[in-house]
Amino acid sequence: MQKLSFRDKIKEARINASDSFRGGKLMSSIFRPGSPFRKGYVDSPRNRSYVVMNNVLYHLHPVKVKRHGVRLSYTLCLGGLSFFLFIVLTITGIWLMFYFRPTELAYVDIQNLQTSIAFGSLVRNMHRWGAHLMVLVVFLHMSRVFYHGAYKAPREFNWVIGVILLLLTLLLSFTGYLLPWDQLAIWAVTVGGNMAGYTPVIGAQAKFGLFAGLEATTATLLRFYVLHVLFLPFIIVIFMAVHFWRVRKDGGISGPL
Amino acid sequence: MVDIPEHLLIRSAEARAKALGITVDQALAEMKGEAEPTVISKEPDVQVIDETPAPAAETPAPAAETPAPAAETPAPATTKKETPEEVEFAPEVKVTQRLLTVVKAKPIQKPVSEPVDKVNTWPHLMLPEFVSLMAMTAFLILLSAILQAPLLEEANPNVTPNPAKAPWYFLGLQELLSYWDPQIAGVMIPLLLGVVLWMAFPYIDRNPETHPSKRKFAIMFYTFFLAGAGILTIIGVLFRGPGWNWTYPWIDGIWFDDLLDWIHFE
Ligand code: HEM
Repeated sequence: MQKLSFRDKIKEARINASDSFRGGKLMSSIFRPGSPFRKGYVDSPRNRSYVVMNNVLYHLHPVKVKRHGVRLSYTLCLGGLSFFLFIVLTITGIWLMFYFRPTELAYVDIQNLQTSIAFGSLVRNMHRWGAHLMVLVVFLHMSRVFYHGAYKAPREFNWVIGVILLLLTLLLSFTGYLLPWDQLAIWAVTVGGNMAGYTPVIGAQAKFGLFAGLEATTATLLRFYVLHVLFLPFIIVIFMAVHFWRVRKDGGISGPL
Repeated sequence: MVDIPEHLLIRSAEARAKALGITVDQALAEMKGEAEPTVISKEPDVQVIDETPAPAAETPAPAAETPAPAAETPAPATTKKETPEEVEFAPEVKVTQRLLTVVKAKPIQKPVSEPVDKVNTWPHLMLPEFVSLMAMTAFLILLSAILQAPLLEEANPNVTPNPAKAPWYFLGLQELLSYWDPQIAGVMIPLLLGVVLWMAFPYIDRNPETHPSKRKFAIMFYTFFLAGAGILTIIGVLFRGPGWNWTYPWIDGIWFDDLLDWIHFE
């Protein structure tokens, strides 16, 4: 047998080690049989299926999708980006929660966040611009769906879910708007709440329920905070799950035109 | 031979014993090949009673259709012509099953599947997704590094800014509200109705066509809606100043605090 150089020996040892690690007990318990993480990835139709199938991704994506659906120009990835922005907002939002108290201290907390906490300003900006962007992207997604007639049978109900998602997105953004507790926040929310006051019949009640009183106070702040960080995200995640599930059950992406 | 679990063996032996009128032990022994199989002298016949004398070739052989309990029994197929009209079920055989009807095998649902041109999700969908996700992240981080989010003075319920504006996505609505006295016109009625109608839209638009050229009205409708919402929002954001009076942003500046702080680059 040919004598191996030191380098080759190292290389061989490394390959052996990685093979036995990938085939070992630990990896087998983490990854499903056939997973590329267990047996390595060589490009083949079979492995392409396994990447999706042996993965939690299978809950979001089927193994195969219609060819026209993957063209970027069809969906413009707007639905996916709405979802992704929601994820970004969740992550940055949780980070912000570490430094924020929904009390009279809210304003000071935001000031401190911007001036004396590493990346505080950046993360706050990402959360705020991301929120504006999400409203915009969801709206564009809705327009895309409309122009494709993608709400037509059998997708009527997913459109209904979509409208609920749009409303929830607006509510999330609106409740977040109050939290910095500056003049912009309190008066924008006052204007918005007063609009709710024009609701026929139950206007006064709607406004009182929204403000936790007759006008925007720190009680309103607490109320909006709980809605913003817990209640509305919880609800929107449920509706998103139904939305994605319906996209698949209604036969995947609509079209082609 | 495959080992058949004892309880299954006994169960089938019981069934056999019942069908042939023999003891369970006997049936078990037969099944294990330890005893000669019981031969039934007469077939448990389910006959097609045909009044008209038909040629023998056309009469369906009952043996062919009937899953006879005793399969080993050579079917006396040739005797079927002589079968008496009054069928007396073989008294020595307990018939446990009869042929009632023949259901032709065909699917209940007829899936009409047209071949669909499909590609693998990985990499053809997931890669573009990943790229647009990264692009979006990069864009957002860049934006956040350049544009400082506004933070005005601390909230003060006693100092009302003039004008007081809602978030931009409600400014179109606020603009609309300024046209009518909201108490009288009840703008919330059309709004709530609008939401309900918007949800019901797919159930109202029953035109099955998806191509734009075949749904001109719907396209026009939405485009007008978009344009209207856009114009109202832009007016609300840029062209409304103190007292909700008309201003020109290039003369009086922008009366929208959410935009003002954009000037402070970091
Ligand atoms: C939080 C907001 C939303 C998220 C995260 C979301 C996500 C998605 C995703 C990922 C898809 C797959 C196709 C694509 O990317 O276009 C989709 C499809 C769809 N969405 Fe949304 N969506 C949202 C809001 C809406 C809204 C506001 C509407 C309409 C009022 C809507 C109606 C639909 C319909 C009808 C489809 C099926 C489209 C087709 O099959 O071509 N969605 N959504």
